[in-house]
Amino acid sequence: MSATESTALKVQDKKEIGPRPEQLKPGPTYTPAVDIFETEKEIIVLADMPGVKAKDLTIDLRDSTLTLSGDVTRPEGENEVAVLREYQTGKFLRSFTLSEVIDQPGIEATLRDGVLRLTLPKVAPAVPRKITVKTG
Amino acid sequence: MLIRRLSGWPEWDPFEELGRMRREMDRLMEGLTRSLPGDGSAGVFPLINLTEDMDNFYVRAELPGMAADDLEISVTGNSLSISGERKIPVEDENAVYHRREREAGKFSRMISLPSEIDTGKVEAVSTDGLLTITLPKAEAAKPKQITVKAS
Repeated sequence: MSATESTALKVQDKKEIGPRPEQLKPGPTYTPAVDIFETEKEIIVLADMPGVKAKDLTIDLRDSTLTLSGDVTRPEGENEVAVLREYQTGKFLRSFTLSEVIDQPGIEATLRDGVLRLTLPKVAPAVPRKITVKTG
Repeated sequence: MLIRRLSGWPEWDPFEELGRMRREMDRLMEGLTRSLPGDGSAGVFPLINLTEDMDNFYVRAELPGMAADDLEISVTGNSLSISGERKIPVEDENAVYHRREREAGKFSRMISLPSEIDTGKVEAVSTDGLLTITLPKAEAAKPKQITVKAS
């Protein structure tokens, strides 16, 4: 889309959330910025989770609640001393309640450059079948 | 009885008491704001963390969805410039959006480093949306160990 090309990116503060559910692991928890859209066949979730490796990402869907959580390991080396710290790192956590029934085995997730793309296919709605009554 | 006892106190000045409280509050507030993360942030995208060890400076920035090709990094003297554009591809035209929080756009940022760097050996790596730039300190700027000789 050409409309977005010229705009300058502004700093989006990382949104820290209260511990819900309560965390036993210390450290802050942030909500990842997401895009969620729906087409006829599927729901797509895009989430910005910088610094999260595929092995540290958990996607959970149960009782129509989708939970995304990702752990971030401290990227800094042992001997590094902070000179300027503008952002903090911590766990990412966010959950959504889905209104559609999802075809669980068809879920696909890819993580690329810190962006998660989750494809949730909708269960095909029952096709109304027209019953023709034969006259006999 | 209480009033009598209070008024009987020598030189009790309620204004002086208020002033003391205010000074105490100021001191507390100052301590609070100073310890806040992100203090001293330029508020320019991208936010960076700058760290150092004996040999290098490390600049880190969270740039999800941006590959190394989308970034332009240059160094001169003791300043570092990061610029680029974050593109979010257009999805299905018939898509109905429920959330739209991720932003696209151009950015450019200059960072002044505390000392001279060896511009020839600067390395930048981008993994999982996290950009790490390693800037080796110039020889002259490295801390020198000075051994004290016993005479």
